[in-house]
Amino acid sequence: MKGLIAKGSIRRRLVLQLGAVAAILSIAFFLVVQVVADRAAQDTQDNIIAAAATAIADALYADRDRVMLELPYSAFSMLGSISQDRVFYRVVERGQTLTGYDDLPIADSGVSKNTRRFASFTYRGEMVRAVTVVRSVSLRDERRAVTVTVAQTQRGRAVISSRITATATAIAAVFFMVATGLSFWAAQAALRPINRVARSVARRGPNDLRPVVGETPTELVPLVGALNSFIARLRVSLLRSEEFIADAAHRVRTPLATVRAQAELTHRRLNKPEHKKAIREMIRAIDESSRSAGQLLDHAMVTFRTDSLEKTPVDLVGLLAETCDRLAPTADLKDIDILRDFPEGPFEIQGDPVLIQSALRNILDNAIKYSPDDSQITVRAFEDDGFWLQVRDQGRGFGDADLGKLSQRFSRGANVADIVGSGLGLTIADEVVGAHFGRLVISKNKKGTGACVSLVFAQP
Amino acid sequence: MRFLLIEDNAQLADAVVGRLALDGHAVDHAGTLESAWAFINAASYDLILLDIMLPDGDGRDFLVDHRKAENRTPVIVITARSEVSDRVGLLDLGADDYITKPFDFSELEARCRAVLRRQGGVAANHKTYEGVVLDSTSGGLTINGNTEILRNRELRLLEVFFRAPGQVFSKSHLMDRLFSFSDEVSENAIEVYVGRLRKRLDGSDVRIETVRGLGYRMVGKT
Amino acid sequence: MCIARFCAALGAVALMSVAFPMSAFEVEERHHFPAIAGDEVLRIISTADEDAFEPIIRAYQAQNPAVAVDYTIASSTEVMRAIYDEGAAFDLVISSAMDLQTKLANDGFALAYTSAQTATLPDWAIWRDQVFAFTQEPAVLVVSEAFFAEIGVPKNRRDLINLLRRESAWFQGRVGTYDVRTSGLGYLFATQDSRNIESYWRLTELMGGLNSPLYCCSSDMIRDVASGKLAFAYNVLGSYAASRLPETKGFHIVELEDFTSVMLRTVLVPVGVENQPAAHRMIDFLVTMKDRPDLVAASGLPPVDEAALDANTAMRPIRLGPGLLVFLDRLKRDRFLENWENSIVQD
Repeated sequence: MKGLIAKGSIRRRLVLQLGAVAAILSIAFFLVVQVVADRAAQDTQDNIIAAAATAIADALYADRDRVMLELPYSAFSMLGSISQDRVFYRVVERGQTLTGYDDLPIADSGVSKNTRRFASFTYRGEMVRAVTVVRSVSLRDERRAVTVTVAQTQRGRAVISSRITATATAIAAVFFMVATGLSFWAAQAALRPINRVARSVARRGPNDLRPVVGETPTELVPLVGALNSFIARLRVSLLRSEEFIADAAHRVRTPLATVRAQAELTHRRLNKPEHKKAIREMIRAIDESSRSAGQLLDHAMVTFRTDSLEKTPVDLVGLLAETCDRLAPTADLKDIDILRDFPEGPFEIQGDPVLIQSALRNILDNAIKYSPDDSQITVRAFEDDGFWLQVRDQGRGFGDADLGKLSQRFSRGANVADIVGSGLGLTIADEVVGAHFGRLVISKNKKGTGACVSLVFAQP
Repeated sequence: MRFLLIEDNAQLADAVVGRLALDGHAVDHAGTLESAWAFINAASYDLILLDIMLPDGDGRDFLVDHRKAENRTPVIVITARSEVSDRVGLLDLGADDYITKPFDFSELEARCRAVLRRQGGVAANHKTYEGVVLDSTSGGLTINGNTEILRNRELRLLEVFFRAPGQVFSKSHLMDRLFSFSDEVSENAIEVYVGRLRKRLDGSDVRIETVRGLGYRMVGKT
Repeated sequence: MCIARFCAALGAVALMSVAFPMSAFEVEERHHFPAIAGDEVLRIISTADEDAFEPIIRAYQAQNPAVAVDYTIASSTEVMRAIYDEGAAFDLVISSAMDLQTKLANDGFALAYTSAQTATLPDWAIWRDQVFAFTQEPAVLVVSEAFFAEIGVPKNRRDLINLLRRESAWFQGRVGTYDVRTSGLGYLFATQDSRNIESYWRLTELMGGLNSPLYCCSSDMIRDVASGKLAFAYNVLGSYAASRLPETKGFHIVELEDFTSVMLRTVLVPVGVENQPAAHRMIDFLVTMKDRPDLVAASGLPPVDEAALDANTAMRPIRLGPGLLVFLDRLKRDRFLENWENSIVQD
């Protein structure tokens, strides 16, 4: 994937964002719980001290002309039972402290009858919560307002609050971890359709120009739509190119065929050897240019196809047999026998049959071209640490040419200067076999003349 | 042989018809698919030469339709495209063989022969002379009941003689028939092949006679 | 001559005030236990007898040889006055008056302390990490052997009341109990009884009707019961009685089966502390007395032991906490004493 810079990751972003949301929610949850817990603990304490103050207020009674108080034990034991907090109290009547702690501030001086007022302040070195209750006591001829204030330190409340907070923290932490875990899963699940689309596109063969169809998530529809329109444009463009090439080939080759046919006609009719020779030269020129053009097109096709190699099951032996069938008439023209030596079973590999057939045709065509009349070409298929497809001829061979360089584009052996043919045959074969991770083996015959060209494919 | 050439390009058609006629073949020319069907329904042919790019429809459609017919005439497709994939596709559609433009006529002839041979059971191309039977399609030479299969050049050479027994053919003419344009051969090569034919005809009533300064001819005992 | 004597007297007083700082609160006894080797001092003010505490102090000094112990004994009210009103400088305050100790802590006169040792105390034996109980001492009935030789010893208060009613003549002037007006411990036991026992006032009235003598202290009650002067004494400090048992003959101890208050003797560190480390070590020492049966035996102070209480369900430790403040309330106290006087002092 040259040219593609993988920057950022949707999955990572999703996970981070979901994780951030989870974190924010966790913190918000924690803060809310803390406030609520504090409130609840405060209310709990407030209720208790209010109950104590009420119990004390209930114990007020009139004794002749005095207001008396019988402090109820329960008021204080109640306060002591929940927590180990310090307790302070003060009962005030007519501005005078009836009993209790003189310096305890009263929660609200303007407090109304029978309602409770709460306050928080520092007393004797610690933060306390105080409630003030007013009760009216009827004496003989008047009613007296008595305020009862009860205050308690807040250790117990802090304990409740912190216990709830600890639980809340634990829950928030668990929630956060679970949410983060779920966000991984959710990100994965959300991306699945994207991965599916990506995979289905990647799975396509190199020549698959069908539009991408199937279920696509809404967000990907623009992308897939653009991809499809691009594919359509590409297909149209390719089609046009193909049509152009076909058209061009047709336009060039048809008149050329006419020329050649007429040339043959003329050659027959002419008698003078020098005339006949001239026509023969012409026809050879036509043949050479035609073969060159054909090989160039072939080579272009090979280059294109090897770039994105199709892989289908291929029987090498079958292809070799077909190639021999196809070129049999050509060999026959020169009375060349093609001897076949094939095994029983197929040689199966994954590859492109069009390319392999093109390579084989080029090699066999070369062999026929460079073999003398009445000779033999042996075509063999055998296994020897690979699948070997071998064509041995009895031609002039490659002489002293550097066998390694022969398959380079347009190079020809030193011996073949006067035979029509371009140098692309071995190049094509080399490229095809290379694309299939095989190799081209060229050697001179040990016995007699001739060359031996083999395409060696790796056994799967 | 009787050919039907389906070709829209008039010049090419003329050239092909003319060239095939040189070898004694009869060629009908149809310029469109429509007229081709008319020809096919009217007469019978040994072989159809079909140019795959035609103005009124792709030659492929013709192949598809033609394949469904009974006693189907073999078709060799003439194509300008050289890609293997195209050609293989043609065979799948129903062509018996194909040849690319521009083509060598001796190759065309060899392919026709091969196609007909594959078809089998065609007795059309027997020629007999003085008790010797030559089957152009199979290349079989039957002498006194024994049949030998001639090699390609031997067959082509003998065919020339069989077409006009007794007629003298110059070396040059025979060379034209025997060798393709890429072959670089001398006139001596003819002698080699004539020699081979003579060997084949040994024991029959037919022989190849050298006519000094003029060429060769095939004569019988009488 | 007079001047010289006067100056000498003044000098003596001055010397005394340096050696023994002037206190407005009343001191009963003062003992000094010198350090084995060192110059630290731990000043304790306590309501407990020296007899009971000496073995504990000695054992403490064995572990802390650098510390000298200054042990001041006073009554519970004087101890309260010393710390609450006068802010006298002491490192530890030990008292049997749980209510006063609780008020000290409640009103901000005690410092908190935690340690591995204090963590071993049960919940009811520690308040706010400031007041630490180190004994559990029940209030018991001390009965005369001679008197109850032939009749059965009452097992619970109902039996006691019935007995007193039936044989009122027998028991005239022969039943003793604390004068709660003067005895802090007596007041504590009485107020707790009034809360927990519905028959308390009935019993008190009965005892009043029998012209029961009132005592300031457990020792006097035990002496009179042993000698046979009293038939029995009510709400005597059990640990004290038990410590007297070997030496004094003629009485035995009865724990009433319906309800027995258990007093917890407590120790706290006052805000005026000067030698905190030594004070903390003493607290650790006291709260782990369970591990020193020798000291338990020598001091006669039963240590805090939850298991022992579980075994006897009638024993209820007095609860440390704000509840103890109730009977310290002026109005409440006046009212209680008024009722009590009316019950027990009958003309």
